[in-house]
Amino acid sequence: MSTLTSAANPSRGLRWDAWAIVLWIGAGLIMAAFLWVLLDLLGRGLGQISWSFITEAPENAGRAGGIGPILVSTLLILMVCLAIAVPLAVGVAVFLSELLPHRSRLRRIVQISLDALAAVPSVVFGLFGNAFFCIQLGLGFSILSGGLTLACMVLPLLIRTTESSIRAVPQRYRLAATALGMTRSRVILRLVVPLAVPGIVVGTLLALGRAMAETVALVFTSGYVDRMPGSLLDSGRSLSIHVFDLAMNVPGGDANAYGAGVVLIFALLVINGAVLCLAKTWKARSGMAITAAT
Amino acid sequence: MPGKDLESEIRHGHHGGNVMTVAQPCIEPAAHREPERHLWCISDLTVSYGEVIALSSVSLNIKENSVTAVIGPSGCGKSSLLCCLNRLTDFIPGCCVSGRILMHSKDILGGQIDDTRLRKQVGLIFQKPNPFPLSIRRNFELPLREHGIRDRQEIEHIMQSTLEATGLWKEVKDRLNKPAHQLSGGQQQRLCIARALSLRPDALLMDEPCSALDPISSGQVEELVLSLRERYTIVIVTHNLSQARRLGTDVALFWLRDGKGTLVESGPASQVFEAPRDDLTKLYLRGAIA
Repeated sequence: MSTLTSAANPSRGLRWDAWAIVLWIGAGLIMAAFLWVLLDLLGRGLGQISWSFITEAPENAGRAGGIGPILVSTLLILMVCLAIAVPLAVGVAVFLSELLPHRSRLRRIVQISLDALAAVPSVVFGLFGNAFFCIQLGLGFSILSGGLTLACMVLPLLIRTTESSIRAVPQRYRLAATALGMTRSRVILRLVVPLAVPGIVVGTLLALGRAMAETVALVFTSGYVDRMPGSLLDSGRSLSIHVFDLAMNVPGGDANAYGAGVVLIFALLVINGAVLCLAKTWKARSGMAITAAT
Repeated sequence: MPGKDLESEIRHGHHGGNVMTVAQPCIEPAAHREPERHLWCISDLTVSYGEVIALSSVSLNIKENSVTAVIGPSGCGKSSLLCCLNRLTDFIPGCCVSGRILMHSKDILGGQIDDTRLRKQVGLIFQKPNPFPLSIRRNFELPLREHGIRDRQEIEHIMQSTLEATGLWKEVKDRLNKPAHQLSGGQQQRLCIARALSLRPDALLMDEPCSALDPISSGQVEELVLSLRERYTIVIVTHNLSQARRLGTDVALFWLRDGKGTLVESGPASQVFEAPRDDLTKLYLRGAIA
C-alpha cells in the first residue's frame, strides 16, 4: 500500500513511512522492555534452577532449599480456581448470550455488575475472601479459600470472554441447526459451545495468567505457610507470594526469589504452549476451524 | 424486514415463539379437481412483523413431488412463506402468523406436528451455503445423532448415499475428515442439500440457493434439483426467471400490493409462463415491470 500511495502522491507516501517508523519504534520498545525483564530474570535466576530447587522444601525462610511445596500449593489453588470458575462462567455466558433476550434489562444489569466487579482491586477480593470463605464459611486460611477467592476474581473476565466467543458464533449456524430439527438445548450444547471452545480456552488462559500472578488476594486467603499441603483445607503459599516474601521480607532471599520468578515465567510459557498444542490437535481431530469463534 | 433473506430476518437473541394461530377452515380452492396430491394446503396465511405485513391472506396448494418456483420482486414475502412452512417463524422476534397450513392434513401452525419433527421432514436450504465449520463427516453426524441415529455404520451409509445422490461423493470421499469450509461454494451448497436429505425429508425448501454461487456451481445445483424433483416436494424461491422456467413444474408469483405481499398467480409452469391470467404476471414475465 505504501508503494502505491507514494507513487501517486509522494508526500502522502512519506507520511506513511514516518508512521511506519513510529509504529516500528513503539513495537520495538515493547519488545525491548519484555526482553530486558526476561533476560534480567534469567540472568539472575537461571543459576538457581536445579532439580532439587524444584522438588525440595524451602529452608531457612526460603533462603535455601527449593520450592517443591510451593509449586504444589500453587497448582492446587489454580485447579480449585478453574474447576469452579470455568463451568460457572460457561453457564452464565450461555445464559446471558443464548437464553436472555438481546435487549433484556437483566442482561444489562449483569454485564454492568461484571464490569464493575472486574475493576475491583484484588485487595478487596482478598478481604472479601477472608471474610466470607475463611471466616464465614469456616474454611480458614486454606488452599480452598484461596482458590475460591481467585475464582471470584477471574469470573468477570472469564464470563466476558466466554460470552463474546459464544456471541461470535455466527447466527447462521444456529439457524442451520434449527432448520435440521435440532432442539434449542442441543444447538447450544452440541454446536454453539463447542464452536466457542477456542475462545473459551483463550479466556481460561487469560484467567489462569491473572490467577497465577495474583499475590495480594492470596495473602488474605490461602496464607503464607510454605509446608507441603496435606489437603485442600491446609494453608499453602503460592509462587507469587513466595517471590514477594523472599524479595521484600527475607534479607538474603533475592537469589531464590529470582529462581522462583524464573519458574513462574516458565510455567506461564509452558501453559501457553500446551494450550496452543491442544487447540491444534483438537482442531485436527474435529476439523473445527479455530478462527470460527475468535 | 420481510424483503431480506432469512438470516437477516431472524435476528440474534430473542427466540420467543410469538406465533398466533387463528384456526380457519381449509378451503381447497379450484385446484382439487386435479388428481395430484398436495403436500401443503395453505389457506388465508398472513405473516406480519409488527406493523409490516409481509404476506397477506395467501391461499396456495403445493403439489407433492414437484418443484414449485416462487418468484416475485424483493420484499414480497417469498422468504416469509418458506419460513412458515417449517415454522422457522417461531424464531423471528415479533413475527405473527395467522391462517392455516395443512401438511399431510395436519395443521402445522396449530402445533399438530412437533416442530423439530416438522423441520426434519422439511429441509431448508439457505441462500448462503452454511455447512457447520466442522468436518464434512461431523456435518452429517450432528443432525443424524439428534434424530436418534447413533450407529456409526448407519451414519456412514446414509452419508455416502446422500453424498452420492448429490454428486459430491467422488469429490469429497477422501476428505471426509477435512473442514467443510475448505469446499468450494457450490460444493458447500450441495453438501447442505445432502445434509438435509440425510434426514430423509419429504420436502426441501430452497431460499435462492444459487444466488451466492458462480454459474457453473449454480448449474450443478440446478441439475441436482431436477434429479430430486421426482422424489421430493421442492419449493424454491428464485429471482431468476429463467431458472424458474428450467426448474419449476409449478410457479407462484408474489407481488407487493399496498405494502403487503400477496399472491398474484399460481399454477402449472406451462400455464403461468405461456398463458398468464393476470396482467401483472404478463408484464413481469415480459420484463416490463420489476
